Amino acid sequence: MARCFKEVLNSGKFVITSEIGPPKGTNLEKMLHHIDLLKDKVDAMNVTDHQSSVMRFPSIGGVLAIKERGGEPILQMTCRDRNRLALQAELLFAYTRGIRNVLCLTGDAVPVGDHKMAKGVFDLDSSQLLRTVRQLESGKDLGGNDLDGKVEFCAGAIVTPEADPLEPQLIKFEKKVDSGAEFFQTQAIYDLNNFRRFMDFARRFKVKILAGIILLVSARMAKYMNNNVPGIFVPQALIDELASAPKGTALKKGIEIAGRMIRQIKDEEICDGVHVMAIGKEEVVPDILDVAGI
Amino acid sequence: MIRTITKRKPFEEVEKLLEDVERVFIIGCGTCTTMCHTGGQPEVQEMEEKLRQKGKVVTGWMVIPVACDELTHEALEEHGDAIEAAQALLIMTCAFGVQTVSAHLKKVVLPAVDTLFIGLESGLGMFSEVCNQCGECILGDTGGICPVTACHKGLVNGPCGGTKKGKCEIDPDKDCAWTLIYERLKQQGKLEKMLKYYPPKNFQVEPKPGKIFIPEEEGGEQ
Repeated sequence: MARCFKEVLNSGKFVITSEIGPPKGTNLEKMLHHIDLLKDKVDAMNVTDHQSSVMRFPSIGGVLAIKERGGEPILQMTCRDRNRLALQAELLFAYTRGIRNVLCLTGDAVPVGDHKMAKGVFDLDSSQLLRTVRQLESGKDLGGNDLDGKVEFCAGAIVTPEADPLEPQLIKFEKKVDSGAEFFQTQAIYDLNNFRRFMDFARRFKVKILAGIILLVSARMAKYMNNNVPGIFVPQALIDELASAPKGTALKKGIEIAGRMIRQIKDEEICDGVHVMAIGKEEVVPDILDVAGI
Repeated sequence: MIRTITKRKPFEEVEKLLEDVERVFIIGCGTCTTMCHTGGQPEVQEMEEKLRQKGKVVTGWMVIPVACDELTHEALEEHGDAIEAAQALLIMTCAFGVQTVSAHLKKVVLPAVDTLFIGLESGLGMFSEVCNQCGECILGDTGGICPVTACHKGLVNGPCGGTKKGKCEIDPDKDCAWTLIYERLKQQGKLEKMLKYYPPKNFQVEPKPGKIFIPEEEGGEQ
C-alpha cells in the first residue's frame, strides 16, 4: 500500500511523482497497465483533467482506479469545465472515496483543444480553487453554508519557471502560496541554471517544489515545444544531443537526458523532488528512474 | 468611440432565413453597422441587389440614423407602405436595433448580421472588445487594463501559464492581458497590486437579464 503523499512530502525524502493520461474512450487497459507499472515506483501519480482541453475519460475516474489498485493518486482539477458548485461537489465526492491529494489548475484555454466551440467556464481560477479546498476543510462551502462532514486535502498547484515574462508568474506563485498551496509541480524545465535561479526565489516560501521533467523523444519534439508550448525552453545543446543520436535511438537518448537531469537535481538538492511526465510513453518511466539511480 | 461590433452573416445563411419570404424590406443603421461596414447604406444597397438577383421582391430599404434610438419609431413610419408590403424585414443593424424595430412593428424580423461585442476600432478594420459589463469594475487595481475582457479566460488573479513571450496561448498575435497589466503597474510603481487576492466573482451583481432602477436624486449610488 502506498504511503500518504503528504507524509512523503514532509519526510525530507526526494519525492517522485508521475503522470497518467486517461484514454479517449472507455478502453482503460493501457491506463491501468501504466498505473500497475508505476504505482510502486513513484510516490504519487497525477491524473490529468482533459489535458490540453482535449475531452477524455475524467481525472476522477483515473484517480479512483489508482486508489483501487493500491497507488497514491493526485487528482488534477481545472476550472475550465465546471463552475464552483460542480468543483466543490467533486471535492466532496473525491474525499469520500479516499482521495487526499488535489492539484488545482486554472486549465488550458478551450480553443487549444478538440472542442473549440465549447464554453470555457473559468468561474473560479487556480488561486480561488485552492482557497475553496481550504474553505471546505473549515466545514463551510463557498456560499458560507455548513457542511455535514468536511474534507481534508493536500493541495498543490503548478508554476512555470521558464515563463516569459517571468515576474508576473512569480507573483502568481506567491498568490497561490498565500491561497494554501502546499506543493508545486512545475512546467517542464530543461535549463538547470534558469531553474536554480527560480529556486533561489521559491526557497523563500515554505512549500515543496517538484521539478517538471517531460521526456523528450526527438529533436523535432524539442523544437516543436520551444516554438509552440508556452513556458517551455529546451536549450540548443539538448536539441543537438538528441539530433546526434543514431537513427532509432532518440527515445533512448531522451530517457538518458531525463534520468541524468533527475539525478543532478537530486544529487545537488536543487529542489524537493521531480514530477515525471512521459506523455503517452509512461512505460519508460521506470527506465528513466533507473538512469536517475532511483 | 465605443460601439457595437457586428459581422455580416454569410449570404447563404441570409438566403436560408428568407427561404419562405418573397417580399422583403431592408433596414440598416447609420451608426454602428455603418462604421463596421456591415449595415450602412452601401451594404444595404448591395444586399438589395443580391436579393433581387435571387428573385426576391425588395419593397424598399432604409438606413435608420440610430436604430436602437427611440426615434426609430418615427423613422419607420416614413416607410409605412413599403414596410407593410413586405412579408419580413431583413435587418442589418446590431441585435439592439433588431429588437427595437421588433418592439415597434409586428412584422417578422430577420437579422442579417451577428452582434459580437461592445468595442472600438483599434486600427483600420480592426475591432477590439473593451468592456463586457461585468458589474464589478476592478480597473483601479489593474492599471486601467481590464483582465475580465482582455484575458481570454477572464482571470482576475494574475496570469495563467499560457503566456508565451507576452502573447496569449490562443493566438500568438494577441497580447497577454496580464503581461500588459504587469508592465503598466511596474511603470506606475504599483506592482504590489498584483498580489491582491480577488475572491470568486459575483455573477449576480445584476441577475440576467439586467434590469435596474436608478433614482435620479441618488445617481445610482448605493
